[in-house]
Amino acid sequence: MSYTKRFDGRGFEELRPMSAKVGIIPRADGSAMFKTGKTTALAAVYGPRDLHPKFMQNPETGILRIFYNMMPFSGHGERVRPGGGRRSKEISMVIQNAILPVLDLKDYPNAVVDVFVELPQTDAGTRCAAITAAAMALADAGLEMKDLVCAVAAGRVEDKIVIDLNYYEDSHEDGADLPVAVLPNSGKVTLLQMDGDMTKEQIKECITKAKEACKKIYEVQKAALKERFVKR
Amino acid sequence: MQKESKAHLLRALAKNVRYDGRKALEYRPVTVEYGISESAEGSARVRIGGTEVMAGVKLETNTPYPDTPDQGNLMVNAELMALSNPAFEPGPPGEQATEIARVVDRAVRESKSIDVHKLVIKPGEKVWAVNIDICTINDEGGLQDAACLAALAALKNTRLPKLNENDDVDYDAEKTKEGLPLSKQPVEVTVIKVGEHFFVDALSEEEKSIEARLTVAVTEKGTVCALQKGGALPLSVEDIDKMIDIAQKLAPTLRKAL
Repeated sequence: MSYTKRFDGRGFEELRPMSAKVGIIPRADGSAMFKTGKTTALAAVYGPRDLHPKFMQNPETGILRIFYNMMPFSGHGERVRPGGGRRSKEISMVIQNAILPVLDLKDYPNAVVDVFVELPQTDAGTRCAAITAAAMALADAGLEMKDLVCAVAAGRVEDKIVIDLNYYEDSHEDGADLPVAVLPNSGKVTLLQMDGDMTKEQIKECITKAKEACKKIYEVQKAALKERFVKR
Repeated sequence: MQKESKAHLLRALAKNVRYDGRKALEYRPVTVEYGISESAEGSARVRIGGTEVMAGVKLETNTPYPDTPDQGNLMVNAELMALSNPAFEPGPPGEQATEIARVVDRAVRESKSIDVHKLVIKPGEKVWAVNIDICTINDEGGLQDAACLAALAALKNTRLPKLNENDDVDYDAEKTKEGLPLSKQPVEVTVIKVGEHFFVDALSEEEKSIEARLTVAVTEKGTVCALQKGGALPLSVEDIDKMIDIAQKLAPTLRKAL
């Protein structure tokens, strides 16, 4: 089978329309919104702050905790039961690993930086949108960062490699989905997952194209951060 | 610290001035935005000053409860999300979240604002389940009133999804143009008492000094369809009389934002 035209009419390497805003949650120490198509992620940073229970504290460095969550009405289909499950636990963990390399929390021993990511509406690509929003929120919180983090899913639908899959592409039976997080300045990959099946060549093509797409996401992040900075 | 802040609040209220310059019986600016989540069958965002709350409605088909075979199911849940306040923690709903959800539930249910008898697809077998979830985005006080308004706005925004041949929801199809059978618009006004003073729409700092509060759900006819007293101090019958008066007077200003 040949996938000749994308379900939503985009070019194969074309991202969905994006928007971003920094400083959306005044109570938080840093916050950001990132939207790609119908997937919206809100991120709020609290900290560095005291970490309880005490046994979790690390006297060598502050720690980073990510809480990824889909709001109960944000799913395609039935209500998502609140409280999180195995899926959100795993996604939170991989996001943590995707972001930690750009932070240096050595100056905050025993403390924690909490990042809460909530999704009010979803159309696939939620972990990538969460990473992109969380990185902007951390920058907004004024934490020292070596780089930003941008993320997008690449994948295969039938015979084509596509970027930024929507729900119908993501759930296509003949396809694969490969989310990638990239540090835009160093080009290093900090998150890599895949489901579906692809050849090694296709995987390499996905990563290369995802990295290219991340450059555009990086521009959106920078513009949103600049706007926040100028307004102040 | 708390004592000083309360003394300060009392002095300010004696002059009918609030921390942010408002009068005692004045709300912060109220705005309602509809359709903020395309994943939900209905959704809305309510802002009261800096406080922001989202509500979404998910519709499912379900079997009716055995004791109400001729009625649809209604559920209200509230999440005090950890992203909205440094004091909130992730985890199952605590006392405050549960109270907010239950008090909104009573306003919607007891006002008969939704005609649950019209939510029946096949009597005794299949009915609509209306799930309302309220999520806090930024908490600067006054969550109860914002939550109720958001829930109502999300219900107004709801469009029924299509059903397939088994009378289950076809989430892939476009929603229909049909809304929920809504007849009333109950809004909640929480009136707070500190010392001899009454005020509404408390900021987070003011909430710390609350002695007693009364949430009053008021329909557009001015009738009261739910009450909830909170706070540690008792209220006199005269107090309650005054507080209901205040709520009835201010409810239209909230409803106007819808």
